[in-house]
Amino acid sequence: MPTGVQKELYVLRRRPAYEKFVDSSFRTIAISMASMVALILVAILIVVFWGSLESMGRYGWKFLVTSNWNPVDDEYGVLTAIYGTAVTSLLSLLIAIPLGVGTAIFITESFIPTRAKNIIGLMIELLAAIPSVVLGLWAIFVMEPFLRPLLSFLYIYFGWIPFFSTQPMGPGMTPAILILVVMILPIITAISRDSLNQVPISLRQAAYGVGATRWSTIINVILPAAISGIAGGVLLALGRAMGETMAVTMIIGNSNNFSWSLLGPGNTIAAMLANQFGEADGTQVSSLYYAAFILMVITLAVNIVSQWLVKRLSLKY
Amino acid sequence: MTGEATSISGDPPSNLYYKPGLRRNRTNRIFTLLSGLFSFVAILPLILVLTYVIFKGATRLSISLFTMLPPPPGLDGGGIGNAILGTIIVTCIAGMIAIPVGVGGGIYLAEYAREGAFSRFIRFGTNVLSGVPSIITGVFVYDIIVSSRIILGSSYSAIAGGVALSILMLPTVIKTTDEGLKLVPDNLRKGALGVGASKFVTITHITLPMAFTPIATGVVLSVARAAGETAPLIFTALFSYYWPSGSDAFFNPIATLSVLIYNFSTQPYQVQNELAWAASFILVVFILAMNILSRWIGHLTSK
Repeated sequence: MPTGVQKELYVLRRRPAYEKFVDSSFRTIAISMASMVALILVAILIVVFWGSLESMGRYGWKFLVTSNWNPVDDEYGVLTAIYGTAVTSLLSLLIAIPLGVGTAIFITESFIPTRAKNIIGLMIELLAAIPSVVLGLWAIFVMEPFLRPLLSFLYIYFGWIPFFSTQPMGPGMTPAILILVVMILPIITAISRDSLNQVPISLRQAAYGVGATRWSTIINVILPAAISGIAGGVLLALGRAMGETMAVTMIIGNSNNFSWSLLGPGNTIAAMLANQFGEADGTQVSSLYYAAFILMVITLAVNIVSQWLVKRLSLKY
Repeated sequence: MTGEATSISGDPPSNLYYKPGLRRNRTNRIFTLLSGLFSFVAILPLILVLTYVIFKGATRLSISLFTMLPPPPGLDGGGIGNAILGTIIVTCIAGMIAIPVGVGGGIYLAEYAREGAFSRFIRFGTNVLSGVPSIITGVFVYDIIVSSRIILGSSYSAIAGGVALSILMLPTVIKTTDEGLKLVPDNLRKGALGVGASKFVTITHITLPMAFTPIATGVVLSVARAAGETAPLIFTALFSYYWPSGSDAFFNPIATLSVLIYNFSTQPYQVQNELAWAASFILVVFILAMNILSRWIGHLTSK
């Protein structure tokens, strides 16, 4: 019956109920998976805040400005770790910015053949892939012994400056700063490279056309055009430097005594957590949660500002 | 006007040649040299670290390294077999959690989400979560899983470690899935829906297979990153000197390569330090291999 077949073809078929069910439940699953991110983020904030309540009530703001970390007397203040976190992350940033941006310029401009550029770019990316614990191991056994004579020189001749006032005896702030440079350099380089690549070629051609040299083009035209991306990358690196744990824990010396010196041992919030959290009890746990909460809030703020910078300030071409 | 013209044309033609002595050209050369120097300094650490890891780690390589347990302090020999196995177990647990959740979240963002407050918040949250310090992830998992003994009464366990690592992997997987799906041409989606396929069939049969390459690349990279992470594991998976055995493997403390490196690097015994270097070598080889694999996946399909 050819007419029957014909009719069958044009019958409007409703989707079976099970198919609709599969469709809608797939959507629900996808939404709930996506919500996991928000859930985890909020849960982390709540857990850390909840844990720190006891210490917050007991020490309040004094916690931030006292440097007495004494489990025996049950007195806690986190100034040493805050100073260490600030100094190590800011100084490492200070070193890493020129290195990272300089490298990014070198591998985006046509100084060297594309092949060589790609190889340098690949090596920087592989540097980012090396686990921090391996960098820490290297810092303990190779970098720190190598640095010690240099640092001793600083101590002997500039020891009257508070920052160089302790004799380098092993792990300390300076090796920690240098290992942080190694860890954040790939971030700054990669993001600067991306934002430099996005600068439209017409800007460069216009600059060359009016007779600018290559470097005056880079400094006056290309870098200003890419600055928002670079600034975002720098802030991202700052967040990473403040939260970086393993390599710093292994090389910073984990001292709870406050000292201005960069040559002696110090501490950061992350290193303190890694070292003490597993064995702490009582008020110490709560104080560690408090420190973790401070770290969390600072890194969150830095990350949010960096995202905002990249989004809002990026020039639209 | 004519005066200007003659003064320009009146100069000797050598005026147009490159003059290396000019201040602007000198500055140019100095800056070029400087940026080249910076690039050299930037890749120096990679070369130095890799050299030492190969030099100190590969020399310790042997069969017993893979098959034996770490020796007690002061004794010679031994291997890191349990830590290698532990890293594989913990990373697999993390992958089994993070990959479905991350791909699901990515599918929602790319295929279902409209420009609204919720999807913006999820995207924002993904970026923020990737910036949360890994040690805080460890603290979080310690609180909700280890100290509460929520999983069958076990405290430190391979599962707790896996959960902590999965939180680290999640943002990467979501982001790469989202971006990979967005690269799929919209025509394919419309075509599939046009011939009567449901949204579910469109996604699972058309868009996901098309976006396989970028998703696979992101997953491989996140696995490589997770395998090298230490901070979230030191008080979730802890460490163990024994083999993970049978069904207990998931509910007991477990050794991993990264925690082994951390623990053994600070011990004052030469044997332990050597094992730490050997573990670094294995870990670095694995991670670099994963990185190259992800590049290769991308390269393969771009042709």
